[in-house]
Amino acid sequence: MEDLEQFRLETREWLEANCPESQRQPMQREEQYWGGRRGKFPSEDAKVWFERMRDKGWTAPEWPTQYGGGGLTPQQGRILKEEMKRINARTPVYGIGIWMLGPAVLEYGNEEQKQKHIRAIVNGETRWAQGYSEPGAGSDLASLQCKAEDKGDHFLVNGSKIWTTAADKCDWIFCLVRTDPDVKKQEGISFLLIDMDDPGVSTSPIPLISGESEFCQTFFDNVKVPKENLVGELNKGWSVAKALLVHERKLMAELGSDSPRPILVPNAAARLYLEFEDGKIADPRLRSDLVDYDMRMQAVALTHFRTFEEKAAGIRSAAALVMKYVGTEAEKTKSELLLAIMGSRGLGWEGDAFTDQEIDTARLWAMSKAMTIAGGSSEIQLNLIAKNVLELPQS
Amino acid sequence: MALVLTEEQRLLQDTAKNFLESNAPVGALRKLRDDHDPLGYSPDLWRQMAEMGWASIILPEAYGGLDFGFLGLGVVLEESGRTLAASPLFASGVLGASTIILGGSEEQKQTLLPAIAGGELTLALALEESNHHRPTHINTTATVQGDEVVLNGSKCFVLDGHSADQLIVVARTSGAERDSEGLTLVLVDRTADGVTCQRTILMDSRNAADIQFANVTVPAGNIIGQIDQGWAVLEPVLDRGRVAIAAEMMGIALEAFDRTSEYLKEREQFGAVIGTFQALQHRSAHIQSEIELCRSVLLQALSTVDDAPSELPLLASLAKTRLNELVKLVTNEAVQMHGGIGVTDELDIGFFLKRARVTMQILGDSGYHKDRYATLCGY
Ligand SMILES: Cc1cc2nc3c(=O)[nH]c(=O)nc-3n(C[C@H](O)[C@H](O)[C@H](O)COP(=O)(O)OP(=O)(O)OC[C@H]3O[C@@H](n4cnc5c(N)ncnc54)[C@H](O)[C@@H]3O)c2cc1C
Repeated sequence: MEDLEQFRLETREWLEANCPESQRQPMQREEQYWGGRRGKFPSEDAKVWFERMRDKGWTAPEWPTQYGGGGLTPQQGRILKEEMKRINARTPVYGIGIWMLGPAVLEYGNEEQKQKHIRAIVNGETRWAQGYSEPGAGSDLASLQCKAEDKGDHFLVNGSKIWTTAADKCDWIFCLVRTDPDVKKQEGISFLLIDMDDPGVSTSPIPLISGESEFCQTFFDNVKVPKENLVGELNKGWSVAKALLVHERKLMAELGSDSPRPILVPNAAARLYLEFEDGKIADPRLRSDLVDYDMRMQAVALTHFRTFEEKAAGIRSAAALVMKYVGTEAEKTKSELLLAIMGSRGLGWEGDAFTDQEIDTARLWAMSKAMTIAGGSSEIQLNLIAKNVLELPQS
Repeated sequence: MALVLTEEQRLLQDTAKNFLESNAPVGALRKLRDDHDPLGYSPDLWRQMAEMGWASIILPEAYGGLDFGFLGLGVVLEESGRTLAASPLFASGVLGASTIILGGSEEQKQTLLPAIAGGELTLALALEESNHHRPTHINTTATVQGDEVVLNGSKCFVLDGHSADQLIVVARTSGAERDSEGLTLVLVDRTADGVTCQRTILMDSRNAADIQFANVTVPAGNIIGQIDQGWAVLEPVLDRGRVAIAAEMMGIALEAFDRTSEYLKEREQFGAVIGTFQALQHRSAHIQSEIELCRSVLLQALSTVDDAPSELPLLASLAKTRLNELVKLVTNEAVQMHGGIGVTDELDIGFFLKRARVTMQILGDSGYHKDRYATLCGY
């Protein structure tokens, strides 16, 4: 405990000394830095801040130091997060590499893969895409068809992936590929790392209802992938895939609580957009909806905290398994509530008649619809809870 | 703040579970009901509970208590919710004892607390005067005359009121009907002259009473805390009570849900166990998610009592609301997922359904607590 307090003090001092003032301000979406060959720093300060964090390994604070990580314990990692939040320090670099691929490679990768890919992620040199879903394989992911044939010294990959977030901006993609078509569907899948600069890889962006083009269809046409890019054993990729999904769902469960931008929360919106009478929101239904939402979010926040404590205490937690469902559904509720509170001010889509924050809120509302679909839909989460927590019989 | 139980707390939980399963199963409550038992609980069971220290968990050591904290009390209450054990633990051991701990004079603590801890003395809180929890809407009067206090008025929904040895009466000494100022807490012997106590038969087969006070005269020394300043004691007592009853409610929800999950694995229709039907799986999984949220809220609320009393009002209203909603959802689904047998008296599920509805009214329904939470949040 004492050591942790000491760590907190040192961290606070270091952040005070090293985080530039401009990097403590709320940021616009365009200001996020995602690293990779195409990554651009929005400002000189952002670059300085990123480099300082990188040099301490704090772009991936809990990864082992031998691969460039920060080597922090989960408790220390949490303190770092809290201290960064305290001064509103920006996240120096974002990425699927840090959130999802890194933990999976650390668990399943070989030494060379760790040296090469983990270090590159910590250093912000590679930006990763996730190649799981296919036009014919969404919730039923294991039915995927994109195939990799063994050609002696390499795999030959053919097929396509869809809904690949930001694929057009990424350097590498990790893919689930079919390496054996003749066995039970989960048993013929392998986990491959593919350089997106390789000949035969192409992407085509798909616009979303939020007005952005967050994701793409990604095509593989006779792409030669070196054997050394196989993570885990041949045909055992499903285990790697599932382990990675755990990280993805954890991330999605926490998305709402860790937003990079100055997004509006319903409580603050109420003060801006609603009439009050005698210190109370005049519209009883909105007041009731708001209190429902606030109570739910307090419960969600406490449960995140509990899963953390349980993990630290080595307790297997059922709570962790419900959080993707609970967290993403709460995000949708929040967006609907914001629109209800803002009335016609919540409908602005572009132009000068609305503030940036208002337009942002409307677009986030559209985006929130994706949260209960991506990373395994709410229905799939409920299936998993029924099976893995309640142990209900499967038909 | 602890969101994970300690080894000691888990041990206590196991002990409580084992004891209650063998000594106070749901069948025991059924028997009390069917026998029209005049007391409404088993004095023998209560004596054993007290011997195990359950009535002393939250009492300071100086007065014969264990000082084991609210999380410890919480696990016992949760287990007693699982078996619907009828006892004065909540009325006397939580509401009664907390009033004395928070408001009593040194002398009152010395005389009352060890007796409460030992189970020899039971208290009940005579608070409500209408069909909804409105703790400041008090019309019962207390008039100080020399060194005596005279009480007049009537109370309802007094938990364990018909069996308690003494009543803590919330009375008005000044102010208007809805003021929190001007309330005074007075200790009254249940059998004192002018006290008329009528046991009410509620759906949960547990114990509550309507009580009248007609010129009941007690020594001024029976006042707990300051005259007119009863609210300062009462509010934290009620919050402790809300958190404690929430713990019992968690037990009710868990047990009703466990029994239902078992049934889903057993009952066959259309040539398959009904637990394979996705409609039922999804509703069950949703319940599990709500349970997980409530679990965190409850643990936080229980530890807040001991660790951060200034945050207790918010946490108590959060816990009571969330658990109100949980027991309602779970007990309704439990009945529905059992089909026809779910609405028979033979199946115990009905006892959980009914107890749930009573607990939802105890110390505030969701409307009350949502309003309070919103007000505390400044809107
Ligand atoms: C914003 C966003 C980003 C994404 N990013 C990526 C990415 O980077 N990489 C990637 O590989 N994928 C990505 N995805 C894809 C995502 O994983 C899939 O959309 C998701 O798994 C659902 O698959 P689907 O779209 O084919 O829907 P379907 O599987 O066709 O589902 C349609 C509906 O049927 C329901 N359903 C399906 N099966 C069942 C069942 N067994 N029981 C009950 N209901 C069921 C679903 O819940 C849904 O409501 C992203 C998706 C979104 C929205």
